[in-house]
Amino acid sequence: MIFGLPVISITIWLPIIFGILVLATGDDKNAPLARLLALAGSVLGFLVTLPLYIGFDTTTSSMQFVEHHGWITRFNINYYLGVDGISMLFILLNSFFTVIVVIAGWRVIEKRVSQYMAAFLLMSGMINGVFGALDSILFYVFWEAMLVPMFIIIGVWGGPNRIYATMKFFLYTLLGSLLMLVALIYLYNLTGGSFSILDFHQVASPMTAQILIFIAFFFAFAVKVPMFPVHTWLPDAHVEAPTGGSVILAALMLKVGAYGFLRFSMPITPDASHQLAGVMIALSLIAIVYIGLVALMQTDMKKLVAYSSISHMGFVTMGLFIFNAYGMEGALLQMISHGFVAGALFLCIGVLYDRMHSRNIADYGGVANKMPVFAAFFMLFAMANSGLPGTSAFVGEFMVIMGAIKVNFWYAFAAGTTLIFGAAYTLWLYKRVIFGKVANQHVEELTDLNAREVLIMSLLAVLVIGMGVYPLPLSEILHASVNDLLVHVAHSKLPL
Amino acid sequence: MNLLANLIPVSAEIFLLVMVCFILIADLMLTQSSKLFTYLLVQLTLLGCSVITVGTHEHGVTYAFNNMYVDDLMSDVLKMLSYLGMSMVLVYSRQYLMLRGLFTGEFMVLALFALLGMNVMISANHFLTLYLGLELLSLSLYAMVALQRDSALATEAAMKYFVLGALASGLLLYGMSMLYGATGSLELGVISDAINQGVQNKSLLAFGLVFIVSGLAFKLGVVPFHMWVPDVYHGAPTAMTLLIGSVPKLAAFAFTVRILVEGLQGLEHDWSSMLIILAIASMALGNLAAIAQTNLKRMFAYSTITHMGFMLLGLISGGIEGYGSAMFYTVVYMMMSLGAFGMIMLLSRAGLEADTLNDFKGLNQRSPWLAFIMMLLMLSMAGIPPTVGFYAKFSVLNAIVQTGHTWLAIVAVLFSLIGAFYYLRIIKLMYFDAPESHEPIVYGSDTGLLISLNGLGVLFLGLMPGTLMSICAVSVQQSLLLY
Repeated sequence: MIFGLPVISITIWLPIIFGILVLATGDDKNAPLARLLALAGSVLGFLVTLPLYIGFDTTTSSMQFVEHHGWITRFNINYYLGVDGISMLFILLNSFFTVIVVIAGWRVIEKRVSQYMAAFLLMSGMINGVFGALDSILFYVFWEAMLVPMFIIIGVWGGPNRIYATMKFFLYTLLGSLLMLVALIYLYNLTGGSFSILDFHQVASPMTAQILIFIAFFFAFAVKVPMFPVHTWLPDAHVEAPTGGSVILAALMLKVGAYGFLRFSMPITPDASHQLAGVMIALSLIAIVYIGLVALMQTDMKKLVAYSSISHMGFVTMGLFIFNAYGMEGALLQMISHGFVAGALFLCIGVLYDRMHSRNIADYGGVANKMPVFAAFFMLFAMANSGLPGTSAFVGEFMVIMGAIKVNFWYAFAAGTTLIFGAAYTLWLYKRVIFGKVANQHVEELTDLNAREVLIMSLLAVLVIGMGVYPLPLSEILHASVNDLLVHVAHSKLPL
Repeated sequence: MNLLANLIPVSAEIFLLVMVCFILIADLMLTQSSKLFTYLLVQLTLLGCSVITVGTHEHGVTYAFNNMYVDDLMSDVLKMLSYLGMSMVLVYSRQYLMLRGLFTGEFMVLALFALLGMNVMISANHFLTLYLGLELLSLSLYAMVALQRDSALATEAAMKYFVLGALASGLLLYGMSMLYGATGSLELGVISDAINQGVQNKSLLAFGLVFIVSGLAFKLGVVPFHMWVPDVYHGAPTAMTLLIGSVPKLAAFAFTVRILVEGLQGLEHDWSSMLIILAIASMALGNLAAIAQTNLKRMFAYSTITHMGFMLLGLISGGIEGYGSAMFYTVVYMMMSLGAFGMIMLLSRAGLEADTLNDFKGLNQRSPWLAFIMMLLMLSMAGIPPTVGFYAKFSVLNAIVQTGHTWLAIVAVLFSLIGAFYYLRIIKLMYFDAPESHEPIVYGSDTGLLISLNGLGVLFLGLMPGTLMSICAVSVQQSLLLY
């Protein structure tokens, strides 16, 4: 805590309170007010996360800024919050992207503005809650609750097939969550009456139980990541979601799944994690290679970036399950970098979509002639997506491959192919959309980025390059927590 | 025991009975236009009952009339909730019934008689008292369903309800008589002792148990004794559906717990395995059939079947955790179903029953606030936090996992996933679809306030569920004298 203020609580509840205020502005008559309030809420929401960064102690792996109050005493459920290096960065990332999303939707969203803005603010608070929660039921409440605004966002402001997509999104994730709930209750009984995640980390359980718990968690987190066989909701949801929804999905929702692996699966069931690491790595490699190939074949820009996200998240899960410091730290950096890069790419596609109302690659061509500034930004993000050194994506991917090579050459080899496929599908997309002759009348009429869009793009560009050139501040924060996690994972939890 | 000591535990019921008789006569003197007076009198009666129930509350368990009647914390809590529920039913139904010319003294008197029946069931400690309460409740409900005399659908529903209800009562009575034969008593405590000491005629006991459980299943409306539920819910005027679908569940819970836990604790092993089958079948059939419904009342009927199945899981688990969670689940269910049916009535107008899925299309554009409240209620029914429905499911699941039936918990959550679909569909209709009619929604300020409180209550209890959970657990603990 800083000055006795509950910093994490503020980062959770401030956006939620602003969300309710925005909602209270009512119908579209008051849209300007709703926008201003939402901007104020998101900027304030970001500012209040800064004390977490400034006051963070990088030398310890224990939880910081801890808040602990009784909540449902009957089941020993507590309002228990705290962050370590891992979760702190995601709270920052989330609050940052909320600002971006609010600005990105400023003029684009014209119907039910207050509900749109409020949904993002509410979701922002809930995602901060997911990362800040140290009580598993508190975690679960935020985890489930954040589905509801997303469900509404996709369903109301999404594309033509939005209803199918949003139902699929909700039911897929709910399936995983419910199984996780049973696992949490099981663990509660195993610990003798505690829902604290940190207590779960200490409890010993036999192999069969560990494997079952691991599978339950796997369903919850793999669906969110998404990993290979349960990834099919993501392209649908991404394609149909409005730009802001896609950005939050790619930048945050997917990270929540990987975060779950870090916070729950690996430390609670280390033996099962080791046992099943082969399966996890195999699934990750399938995602990296096969989904990479699938991305190559897409004709829809958003679908292409969605598949590219799945492929990049494969790196993250592989990095986690090779159990060494390079892999894990690389995975975490990859998560943050992918947040920036995929978020930026979806914003770029959003810029085009707002003007042309088409996501079809074939409808474009020669955009560079009409939108030179946009083409430059898009170029940077496309390069980052293909893992060019000097951009943020390179750091994470390189570290994961380095970690993998220590375990098995062929893992690293297979993962390395993504540098080729990734470059292929991203640059091919770029070529078809941006270069060449002006394809048609609609492209001819395109106008370049306005000031608002330039602002967003520049912010992201600075971060992407900054993180690529000088990742040390981030890895410093991660270091202690990652090492602690590795110690946890290496330590068998089988009962003696 | 002298007469006065006997009368104190039943004073609330006596007051209720006196008031019902008074209202019945007073109502005859009133013209149709001054029915509001009757209505206020009924609400005052409910208030009076709650004051008396609180006033006569005593710590511990008090028996009256030769152990026929029991007054304990569980009965007091359930009675208070049933007054509250009944009062909400009346507020919700007033405008709806007025528009249909059903806002009569008979309706209110029957509702109070039903309440009296429920209170007797809640406090019964003897098969005869239990049966007396049950029949008083059931007969009032049969009559209420048939109150709309010119509706063929309602008459058919009443007929079906009556015939199947009578069959269930017959099953129960038959079971009770067998238990009487096996144990020599109709008093729950004596039966329990007799079973624990060992009964000669085991097969008679087993047959009795099967009949009793079947009768209970009929009254709870769980599969395979659920056939009456969709038809009655659908056919009855929505106000009656609201009444049938909400408050009596409290009485049904008490009834089940009194018989199975207080009376037949010794046979727990047998009845809990029967309940497992009933619970799984209800969750499976209820959830699957609800998907296919286009009529909202029918859909909620199947959803009730599911919820009752889920509640049974709590009873199966046993112990304070199990019974406490089942009670919590029942209370939460009552709240949610009051809100959901209240919403249907609120959207109804003269000549229009807003009871199909299409009537909810685009509600967000017609009234964002009502759509928000309905969304909270639906999320709660689906068991999604931060609404109280989540904690209802959570506490039941916790109780099951504690008994080691983890597989049952997994089955239960998989079926609630299916259930989530049709609750989400309502949210989808309200938020994503365009409205079919743009007529303004007219509702009284009292219903508007109540539905808001109802919806926000579901959210508030979802944020702070601890107190209600503890109340349920403590009342079960004190009343059933467990461990």
